Amino acid sequence: MNQAVIHLHPSGPLLALVGNPNCGKTALFNLLTGSRQKVANYAGVTVERKEGRLTTPGGKFLRVLDLPGAYSLYPRSPDERVTCDVLFGRASGEKRPDLIVCVVDATNLRRNLRLAMAVKRLGLPCIVALNMADLAERRGIKVVPEALAVELGMPVVSTVAIQSSGAEPLLALFDDPAIWCSMALTPPAQGMPTESDHLVVRRILQRLGLDDVIPHTPSDRIDGVVLHPVIGPIVLAVVLFLVFQAVFAWAEMPMTLIKTATASLSEVVGVVMPETWLRSLIVDGLIAGVGGVLVFLPQIVILYFFILFLEESGYLPRAAFLLDRLMGSVGLSGRSFIPLLSSFACAIPGIMAARSIANPRDRLVTIMIAPLMTCSARLPVYALLIGAFIPQRLVWGAFELQGLVLLVLYLAGVIGALAVAWLLKRFTAAGRQVRPLMMELPSYHLPTVRNIAIGIWQKVMIFMKRVGGIILILTILLWFLASFPAAPDGATGAAIEYSLAGMLGQALARVFEPIGFNWQISIALVPGMAAREVAVSALGTVYALSATGSDTAQALAPLIAQSWSLATALSLLVWYVFAPQCLSTLATVKRETGSWTMPLIMAGYLFALAYAASFITYRVALALGVG
Amino acid sequence: MSATKNGISGATLDLAAIGHALTVHDVQAPPTSPEWARWLEEIGFIDGEYVMLMARGLPGGDPLVVRIGQSTFALRRAEAACVRVASVAQPNVEGCKA
Ligand SMILES: Nc1nc2c(ncn2[C@@H]2O[C@H](COP(=O)(O)OP(=O)(O)OP(=O)(O)O)[C@@H](O)[C@H]2O)c(=O)[nH]1
Ligand SMILES: [Mg+2]
Repeated sequence: MNQAVIHLHPSGPLLALVGNPNCGKTALFNLLTGSRQKVANYAGVTVERKEGRLTTPGGKFLRVLDLPGAYSLYPRSPDERVTCDVLFGRASGEKRPDLIVCVVDATNLRRNLRLAMAVKRLGLPCIVALNMADLAERRGIKVVPEALAVELGMPVVSTVAIQSSGAEPLLALFDDPAIWCSMALTPPAQGMPTESDHLVVRRILQRLGLDDVIPHTPSDRIDGVVLHPVIGPIVLAVVLFLVFQAVFAWAEMPMTLIKTATASLSEVVGVVMPETWLRSLIVDGLIAGVGGVLVFLPQIVILYFFILFLEESGYLPRAAFLLDRLMGSVGLSGRSFIPLLSSFACAIPGIMAARSIANPRDRLVTIMIAPLMTCSARLPVYALLIGAFIPQRLVWGAFELQGLVLLVLYLAGVIGALAVAWLLKRFTAAGRQVRPLMMELPSYHLPTVRNIAIGIWQKVMIFMKRVGGIILILTILLWFLASFPAAPDGATGAAIEYSLAGMLGQALARVFEPIGFNWQISIALVPGMAAREVAVSALGTVYALSATGSDTAQALAPLIAQSWSLATALSLLVWYVFAPQCLSTLATVKRETGSWTMPLIMAGYLFALAYAASFITYRVALALGVG
Repeated sequence: MSATKNGISGATLDLAAIGHALTVHDVQAPPTSPEWARWLEEIGFIDGEYVMLMARGLPGGDPLVVRIGQSTFALRRAEAACVRVASVAQPNVEGCKA
């Protein structure tokens, strides 16, 4: 029955969520539609419109749009333009909304209500969701929705977007036919600027007894430490440092578990199955390849735990504040910090997040250097090489050497990015003007266990889908290329050397030989273009197939530790710090910049940078005698 | 509203002392970036609004942390210099001085 309704009205009434940045629109959207869009405690999380569906308690079927936050209806950056285009009915492929839900942060009515007034003047049916009602109550801000509704001339309901029943009053309101045409009752648009909106809002707040400015004592106390000119940067350094230590220290046990499980699995298969090509596909292709990537799941979970915690707490914009001077010295602003930080998870959301940067030149520079931030897909590659070549010991009594090396690799990417930005500043005139910051510092929230758990679960599912999808497919494909054609009779080397992949690898090795890569590495680089982790699974497959006789079941790390020099390993690590991103990143850059020029320039400069850096690393390492 | 008219007009926010309760007098953008005036107004720098300098950044006192109304923003010093402020002699005492 319900299904039928949905099919009969594929484009039901359209409802749009509009409001200031960080007022909880996406949290409310997720609650209303059951979606899982990204929610975080800083301004500019949502940068494109997202659609969802909901059915009201009365059985009405609605389409819901989540929109980027905006401070006014005069857009200053590409993400705010998305919101305005929808509101004015200019968005391509979307009609003008039938109802606007103006989401308002109840703890900051002074600023939020001004936008509500401007939205009301658009003349579309409009209701107000007084969100964060829980926080307002805790701070002693007593807003009576009915009284506010009278003052505003619009229906008002309280919501708490982070509680499962927090949107019930809003849902019930959607069934009220009056709200869908309520604008007919109010006087027509007056087209007033923000200033007089401000006076109106101030009068309303005075009448409701809400005009006092309430100090943010707990947040301010944290800021006293975190933004302190001396202590603040130390706190930031300690936080980053702990994250990388934890990625290695905490992951050890679960990683050993996964390793033992895959090793015994391949042993069992090796015993149970007869020696055919199918056994080779399962043992050398699937278990060695896919299992090799799966091992790094615990480290990815730990990294995301910290990223999610920092995002939800509200610390990220503070970090951006602390680093603003540094960014300024290379011709960027603190505004570029969050897109760059998002790129540590994956460059694609990072490049999208650059939409919240108003200055077009800064936005482009941010997009171009985002791939230099080490994405989580590179973590398996780093972890494999570090595990194989860096001894596990403590330095200075307390720090794990492996964690330190990982931190250095991440820093190398950051320094590379800053250097590129600095060069662009030196050689372009636009790089030297003062650029605006005007960045909101939201009050701190204590992240809930539930939200973090859901966030991590989503990341795990994404990773598992990659493992079961693109990584699996490429691994199987590589196994075929590496197994056929079979070795001729009387061949002396391993069969793979005569296969298609072996021949390709040997051809590529000529290009990469000056930076110390052998033909096995050269093969692995190719599927690594599609997804970074595949480089690891590809190495697993290639080495499993190169092995002769009994050592097939051996794990990849000790194998490469035996057969590569330290100089090669270092060179490969450096390659992965700088090498061009996966193809989907380049495709995203094309979409965001509108042509293939930028992605091509990006791929070219990153390739040159990676080659040069690896060359220097390899040659220096050889000269130091670690060849 | 009359309380706002008493302060030292001409003092700008970037020169204010940390922790002093002030009100916005007006916003004047530099000729090179006229759009700042509207942007600052949109985030709350409007005549009469309460404003306070919370902290200064690293070397050179840039950027600044500013409480404006109920929100907190990080501003460049050049941005804060667009905002002229007036001191609130006795906060919450409306209209006692004309
Ligand atoms: N306590 C409380 N926190 C909330 C509520 N709604 C949202 N939040 C939190 O507020 C922060 C911002 O929420 P988002 O949904 O990302 O805000 P947004 O309006 O979509 O932000 P942009 O996309 O940046 O414009 C997150 O940390 C949420 O967990 C609420 O009703 N109560
Ligand atoms: Mg959002």
